[in-house]
Amino acid sequence: MPNIVVLVKQVPDTYSERRLNDGDHTLDRDSADAVLDEINERAVEEALQIKEAHDGEVTVLCLGPDRATDAIRKALSMGADKAIHVLDDAVHGSDMLQTAKILAAAIGTVEDVDLVIAGNEASDGSGGAIPAMLAELLGYPQLTHAREVTIDGTAVKVTRETEEGLTHLEASLPAVVSVAEKINEPRYPSFKGIMAAKKKPVETLGIDDLGLDAGDVGLDSAWSTVLEAAPKPPREAGQRVEDDGEGGARIAEYLVAQKLI
Amino acid sequence: MAEVLVLVDHLDGEVKKVTHELLTAARAIGEPSAVVVGAPGDAAKLKESLASYGAAKVYVAESEDAAAYLVTPKVDVLAALVEAKSPAAVLVAAGAEGKEVSGRLAARIGGALLVDAVGVETSGDEVVVTKSVFGGAFVVKTKALKGLPVISVRPGGLEAEPAQGAAAEEAVEVPAVDSAKATRITGREPVVGGDRPELTEASVVVSGGRGVGSAESFEVVEKLADALGAAVGASRAAVDSGYYPPQFQVGQTGKTVSPQLYIALGISGAIQHRAGMQTSKTIIAVNKDPEAPIFEIADYGVVGDLFKVAPQLTEEALKRKG
Repeated sequence: MPNIVVLVKQVPDTYSERRLNDGDHTLDRDSADAVLDEINERAVEEALQIKEAHDGEVTVLCLGPDRATDAIRKALSMGADKAIHVLDDAVHGSDMLQTAKILAAAIGTVEDVDLVIAGNEASDGSGGAIPAMLAELLGYPQLTHAREVTIDGTAVKVTRETEEGLTHLEASLPAVVSVAEKINEPRYPSFKGIMAAKKKPVETLGIDDLGLDAGDVGLDSAWSTVLEAAPKPPREAGQRVEDDGEGGARIAEYLVAQKLI
Repeated sequence: MAEVLVLVDHLDGEVKKVTHELLTAARAIGEPSAVVVGAPGDAAKLKESLASYGAAKVYVAESEDAAAYLVTPKVDVLAALVEAKSPAAVLVAAGAEGKEVSGRLAARIGGALLVDAVGVETSGDEVVVTKSVFGGAFVVKTKALKGLPVISVRPGGLEAEPAQGAAAEEAVEVPAVDSAKATRITGREPVVGGDRPELTEASVVVSGGRGVGSAESFEVVEKLADALGAAVGASRAAVDSGYYPPQFQVGQTGKTVSPQLYIALGISGAIQHRAGMQTSKTIIAVNKDPEAPIFEIADYGVVGDLFKVAPQLTEEALKRKG
């Protein structure tokens, strides 16, 4: 009966234009449509599949502003049992290490956790390190970038897929697992699921509730700072020619002139 | 000069290209010390290559466990070296594993994590890191406010320059593994990409999109790639249509590449694809549709049939190779 915590994050839709705030260079969350990050849907799906095979309970954990409730509801409507929403203005501008510490503290409020499941990399920050950092802070093994997860008693086996190929991993529970793109196809919430989600418990916790000091999180106490941020000057369109039968040769000439071949 | 630790990315007794880029970046802020974590005998095979890119020292942390557990042995070794040597910064490659190593190291030592750098420099006695975010839409300069800078550097993000280093070896211990907290590697299946370079490491990438039309026709992309010594990539549309395997997908949900040369064949250039390749130095596009957004970012574009243009280019490239 694994007790599973799934991390979800609301991100700006990658189909819309994403911006940084002028003042403090944080993400401008209002400029773009907000959605549950696609990889998190796969994390929720994997948690639900494990629950369906082994029983257990799935708790959704989300750190984010008020409107992240939408992302939480989506995960609940897919079938997760309950949710924790860490909601605190003090969090704004937190860096990866602060974020990992807040998440680790929030996971600590759930009793007897066996498995923490996350997406391998969010589409906004693309740090790709939060699951590993959580494993570090919680003292759990990390089985990250999973394309396959098997629970076998108190052991967890994962097939990890990265740019280097496949690696087969094994560790004991409790553990942190992050899922990769190819792990599964997330289900669509059913009408029944959407209705049921409205009644599922969502616990809202602030930084104080987690035993953390508001002075230790957020932009002012971050380990790193942004000195400047500028939209990259858009790439200028270069030459464009119609293929007159010599298009390939023209590209070759261009590449020779640029010393690229 | 201050010592800078560089975690060596290596595979099968060979140093990966990104390690040379890391050593080059390290030289901009201090004196690079290469850190080899691996199985017994690994460092001996890597030493010469590390010396040729300016490694002053090579810390050798070898044991059977170091190669048999995921991520944590590297973190353990780096944390011990940080403690013993008080370096000015730690640099790792921003691949899947390197991002995890740097994240855990920063969490353990209370360091400042600076991810996915495309440039590293000093300003006074501070280390300043340049990175590109949102798939290259923004350029951001960051620095550490407290703690040791732990920096992951994007493969291909900066150019490696050779320099001679002494590569003086020093053996260091691999701390004992705590099996309750560690993840054992029970098997490996490396990517069988044949003789082609790895996508994120390649200096040249040739990608195909929906316009390629079928899995069989991807041969036209592969032939051009092989003529140029390039890696093959694919757009999400091509992957979703089953033309090419997903591990070669370039874009928001796939790999981010920034090669010297990127050739897009039959790719329209949706924002999600551009996010994965628009920091490439030179972009060439071939597409039938003159309105395709890829032409807005291409340095040189040909409006035409890729099945005519690409083979001609392949032939020209082969001629020049001799």
